[in-house]
Amino acid sequence: MTVPSLETRGLTRRFGSFTALDHLDLKVEGGKCVGFLGPNGSGKTTTLKLLTAMIYPTEGECFINGIPSHKDRTGALAGAGVLIESPEIYPSLTPNEALEMVADVRGIPPSERRGRIENVLSEVRMSDWADKKVGKFSKGMKQRINIAAALVHDPPVVLLDEPSTGLDPRGMAEVRSILRGLKQTHRLIFMSSHLLSEVTDVCDEVALLDHGKLLFYDTLANVVSRFSKDQGSVDVTFDRSVDSTAVRASAGIPPTVTEISQLGANQLRLKFSGGAASKKIILKTLVNADLGVVGFVESESALEEVYLSQVSRGE
Amino acid sequence: MATGQASEIDPLASSVIRFRVPPLLQQIPKLARYQLREYLRSRRFLAMAGIVLFIGVILTAVTGYYRGSLVASPVSFYSADWGGAASYLIVLVVVLFGGDAIAGEFQNKTGYFLMGLPVRRSTVYFGKFLAAFVAAASMLVLYLGILITNGLYYFGAGAFPWQLGVSVLLAVLYLAAVLGATFLFSSLFKTSAYGFVLTALLFLVGFTLLQDYTSILLHNQPWMVISYASGTIGSVFNTPVNWGFTGTSILMHGDIEKNVVVRIYTVAGVAEAVVIMVGYLFVTVLAGLWLFEREDFS
Repeated sequence: MTVPSLETRGLTRRFGSFTALDHLDLKVEGGKCVGFLGPNGSGKTTTLKLLTAMIYPTEGECFINGIPSHKDRTGALAGAGVLIESPEIYPSLTPNEALEMVADVRGIPPSERRGRIENVLSEVRMSDWADKKVGKFSKGMKQRINIAAALVHDPPVVLLDEPSTGLDPRGMAEVRSILRGLKQTHRLIFMSSHLLSEVTDVCDEVALLDHGKLLFYDTLANVVSRFSKDQGSVDVTFDRSVDSTAVRASAGIPPTVTEISQLGANQLRLKFSGGAASKKIILKTLVNADLGVVGFVESESALEEVYLSQVSRGE
Repeated sequence: MATGQASEIDPLASSVIRFRVPPLLQQIPKLARYQLREYLRSRRFLAMAGIVLFIGVILTAVTGYYRGSLVASPVSFYSADWGGAASYLIVLVVVLFGGDAIAGEFQNKTGYFLMGLPVRRSTVYFGKFLAAFVAAASMLVLYLGILITNGLYYFGAGAFPWQLGVSVLLAVLYLAAVLGATFLFSSLFKTSAYGFVLTALLFLVGFTLLQDYTSILLHNQPWMVISYASGTIGSVFNTPVNWGFTGTSILMHGDIEKNVVVRIYTVAGVAEAVVIMVGYLFVTVLAGLWLFEREDFS
């Protein structure tokens, strides 16, 4: 029997008369990236703070790697890397010093520390700033150091609270790139976000929270197919300029494609019916037509439509 | 129970916690070391060191200019320049280094960084306490260093009255007790300024008023007031030393524009002062920790 990486049982938190989290039952197993979605105030950050024992539950319990967070905070967080609320590092410390502290407190042996710190700084592309004071860093640079701090001990579970919120487009892209890199390391990344593009781009599974209640938790593909009533949407990128009308005419697009819209000079969005089987045929058709397909991904709008329909339903 | 589809990756493969987190007593000095580094590099540390140096220079100049009774003996010298000033200096440095110790972690969001680590809240609390204590004590050491340099100049090597040693020990205990109270106030708020202001007002004004009210109007010994206990830092230089558990009242005569002013000044015995300070230290540290343990990082 495997121990879930994250588990909550009837987890509830009330602030006065306001219920921020309402009997959340969630079990997440294995190494993957889970997007924890929900509008502002839905309870995402509250859940993460409860998991890390930054706040206390009104009812219920939660576990990281099977260890109850509120009974054994140290044990639970020993196996987790945490980034919540864009924390600040003491401004006079350098990244090297801050990470040295993290490594020291986490019990990483001195012989391994230097190598690990260099690795994570390189992973978040902050090696050149390793000896500069954190107080002078931009928000994006600080966030990258925070991510490095969450990874320095190579944790099996990484909890991230809106890691790219408040960053400029370049910073967001950098964080997203780091997250994609993290996915290759076979650990659980549990990430709250309200950026659907980020979740679509990075996550394997999504959990949607609204008004403190869990609406669903499943793989991204299942969520989209379950709630879109057999309707799908993919974004196709080509290595050349394309025209939606010409593509439909020339490529022999199957009739299951209900709509083709132009996203950019070399990008189209195809809406279709027929589920995964239809999607497979569409991809094969496009490739056979030799149109220079270089990208074929689940449309961000598919998740957006699910999100909007489910969240509004909960209001 | 919502459960996602099983991943193709074996969960066990990544679920090994690789490093053993050090026990509480080892984590406290680790955190304290980094907190202290932050203090030592801060502007407030430089500013406070500048203030202490400035006070030291002024005292050196005044003592050199007036001499007379100030340098009549090592006891009178240290009584005036250490015994009379140490308790005020302690309040000043403790407010500066401890006033925002806990509240600042919420306000500046540095607490979210620390709370992401596998540490108990008590580790954070005591780590910060230790760092603030060392930072504040270093200012006392700086001030004492200036005085001892003066003492060496006026009285030569070896002229250290034993009362100075007792007074310094009492001062260190007072520093710890005031720091405990400061951490308690800091734990009450999530805004640094409140901790600073409340501690400063209480120790520079509030406790003094309470002490006077109890001793002068109620004719009771103000054993519940910590500033009453701090009086021994200076009174230990008086002969005979009151080592006991009950205080003594001293009638002080003054002269303001030819009007004679008489004031009753109550001073704790050394043992009594130690009990009061230790009591304050334990009660405030435990109360502050109790609050911090229950505080939401929300």
